[in-house]
Amino acid sequence: MKTKNLTMIAIRKIVLIGCILAIASGCEREFSDDVEFAGLPADGDVFIDAFSSGLNYFPFVDAGADPEAFSVVTDDVFSGTSAMRFDVPTFGNGFVGATFATTSNRDLSGFDALTFYARASQGATIDAIGYGVSENTDFQVTVNGLAISTRWEKYIIPIPDPSKLVDETGLFWLAEGASFEGDEGGYVLYFDEVKFEKLGTVAQPRPAIFSGEDLTEQAFTGSNLTITGLTQTFNLESGVNQTVGAAPSYFDFTSSNVEVARVNELGEISVIGAGTATITALLGGVLADGSVEITSSGGLQTAPVPTLAQANVKSIFSDAYVNDTESNFTPGFGGSTTETSVTSTSGGNVLTYNNNNFTGIIFENTVDASGLTFLHVDVYVQEAGTEVGIQIRDIGPNQMIETDVNNGLPIGDDRDRRFDITGLTAGQWTSFDIPLDGDIANQKNNLGALILTGGPNFILDNIYFYTE
Amino acid sequence: MKMDKENSARDRALSYSKWDFLNKQQLIFLVTSLTAPFVTLLFTSCDADDTQQITNFDQLVLQEEFDNDGAPNSAVWGFDIGTGENGWGNNELQYYTDRTENVTVQNGILLITAQEESFEGSSYTSARLLTKDRFEQQYGRFEARIRLPYGQGIWPAFWMLGADINENPWPAAGEIDIMEYRGQNPSVLIGSVHGPGYNGGNAISKEYTLPNDRFDTGFHVFGIEWSPEKINFYVDDVLYNQITPADVTGEWVFNKPFYILMNLAVGGSFVGSPNAETVFPQTMLVDYVRVYKNTELN
Repeated sequence: MKTKNLTMIAIRKIVLIGCILAIASGCEREFSDDVEFAGLPADGDVFIDAFSSGLNYFPFVDAGADPEAFSVVTDDVFSGTSAMRFDVPTFGNGFVGATFATTSNRDLSGFDALTFYARASQGATIDAIGYGVSENTDFQVTVNGLAISTRWEKYIIPIPDPSKLVDETGLFWLAEGASFEGDEGGYVLYFDEVKFEKLGTVAQPRPAIFSGEDLTEQAFTGSNLTITGLTQTFNLESGVNQTVGAAPSYFDFTSSNVEVARVNELGEISVIGAGTATITALLGGVLADGSVEITSSGGLQTAPVPTLAQANVKSIFSDAYVNDTESNFTPGFGGSTTETSVTSTSGGNVLTYNNNNFTGIIFENTVDASGLTFLHVDVYVQEAGTEVGIQIRDIGPNQMIETDVNNGLPIGDDRDRRFDITGLTAGQWTSFDIPLDGDIANQKNNLGALILTGGPNFILDNIYFYTE
Repeated sequence: MKMDKENSARDRALSYSKWDFLNKQQLIFLVTSLTAPFVTLLFTSCDADDTQQITNFDQLVLQEEFDNDGAPNSAVWGFDIGTGENGWGNNELQYYTDRTENVTVQNGILLITAQEESFEGSSYTSARLLTKDRFEQQYGRFEARIRLPYGQGIWPAFWMLGADINENPWPAAGEIDIMEYRGQNPSVLIGSVHGPGYNGGNAISKEYTLPNDRFDTGFHVFGIEWSPEKINFYVDDVLYNQITPADVTGEWVFNKPFYILMNLAVGGSFVGSPNAETVFPQTMLVDYVRVYKNTELN
């Protein structure tokens, strides 16, 4: 939802130049009493009966939004003479997506919510709606899945921390469309009396990072992690707890040990040393629910460098070989809690698994291992006693992964070879060479996936099939 | 809502008569600062004003400031323990205790805390304090400065019951609800009286909505001025209701001593049950409880 507007930027430049000239010409004099330093207007109006001061319409055309979807109408209004109308296209015909940004920057710090009246021609749910989208999104606020009824009602989108909004341009944005055949589309949304207000009843803030979860992650020097699940929740006068997605810049992030991990204003964590650091956040002085405890073993040693010739190998993941096939490392199995990342280190890329229960590596093309005898994998763990299960799956001639959802066993024409990786030593790489025998001894020409269980935290490298 | 409309005109008149005295003081203060030489004269004229229709409760008889940390002063406060009959008659869900987790004084504030925990067969615990057999009074000004909790199913109250309740069971004993509040309506205060023929859902009651504010973000003074044939209800400096014998649909039972109760209920027919959105624990913070009398009446 990134928008660019050259016109707006150009205008801002002109204004800036104007300011410089004005100051330059007045440099010999002291400021008169008329000079106002806190100059931005505390104007909360967005659309009452017309566009408010400096407001412009910027449809997200590059993303496929229909620029014709928006109009100003006088035949269906909540109050006054005019309302905003959005015609949500049917599936496949674009979507409603736009921001309304002003060239007259506003000081919104005296308000506590964006409010508006809205109705829809049928019961509908707006995919995303909020404010803070213009040439930057530093203070973007988003409500996902806002349900709108068919009669005019007032809606409230609280400001996570009003003191941050001293120089704002993005006053209102939304995105709504039919994202699949049969999704709601071909209907009309109306908005009226869109404005920032000081309600006085937006209270009991409960900010959260990582959606309020306390996570633990293994890491090493060079690891990067981004804080996600950033929200602010307020209790409204109606008794409703309204949660909004809040941009990272609303938060103040802290690392308990800056020799281990540092976090910037965008919530990006960099691991720089060995030890343990906990990352927490404040929003408006209130401690956010959720945190991440990072345990870093320092620099990750490089896995043993493979020595076999490329001709003996069909590789899945290794810097030493050309891949035999590309793979999907984040298949997103239902019920999986696994967080997987490809992490670059001084010794090349490794695969990092955190909080694993089960996941897999899905090959984009099957591997014919008829002439090969082993699967090689290097495994690194930070905690003694960690065990990992690996299942080498042949998906058969039908090229489909078929699994009994009750017990995880292969069915249909699928076969697998299961192997338990045990006896791992914390803080070092251990190499395993798993024979392609058992149930796949005579069916290994359609290898389609590796299923990974256990852990829950481990690092893999140099995954390849080979023959000696 | 209907009641609001009927009462609104009368309220304006009440507001004027009740605060007539205060307004005069404010006026004096204003005038004093401008014209010091006339101070004496003006004070004299105020003191000589015997024609006011309000009763002036200016003798402090109970001043509970909660200045000592720990359990509240047992000379003033007792406790109801357990679940009462049928959840204290309201299907309330909490088990009342006098444990520190539910009631304690810290830094000059009484904390009554509702906890979500499994306890003696209940899913919540909380506390209910009362001055029965310790402090009972007929007529007077009763007020408390309180910051309320919030959330679906949270039901705090500062209220009074007729001291003869053992011989004269509720509703005949009478009940004055100085402050009731539903945690799911954080800006709305409810003041009521219950008696024979007007109780439960038929209590004589009025809501007051705090404009552009709510009761769980700061302290507010909740009070009544109770004199013969009249109970005035106020919050902070706003008088929002007056109830007289003409307003009740039964016998007027507010002519005998009452005692004070403060409690934080969870669930029950008045508020409904808490839900997944309700945050626990929830604490009702009481800065003070003060009772005044008028020498001629008390």
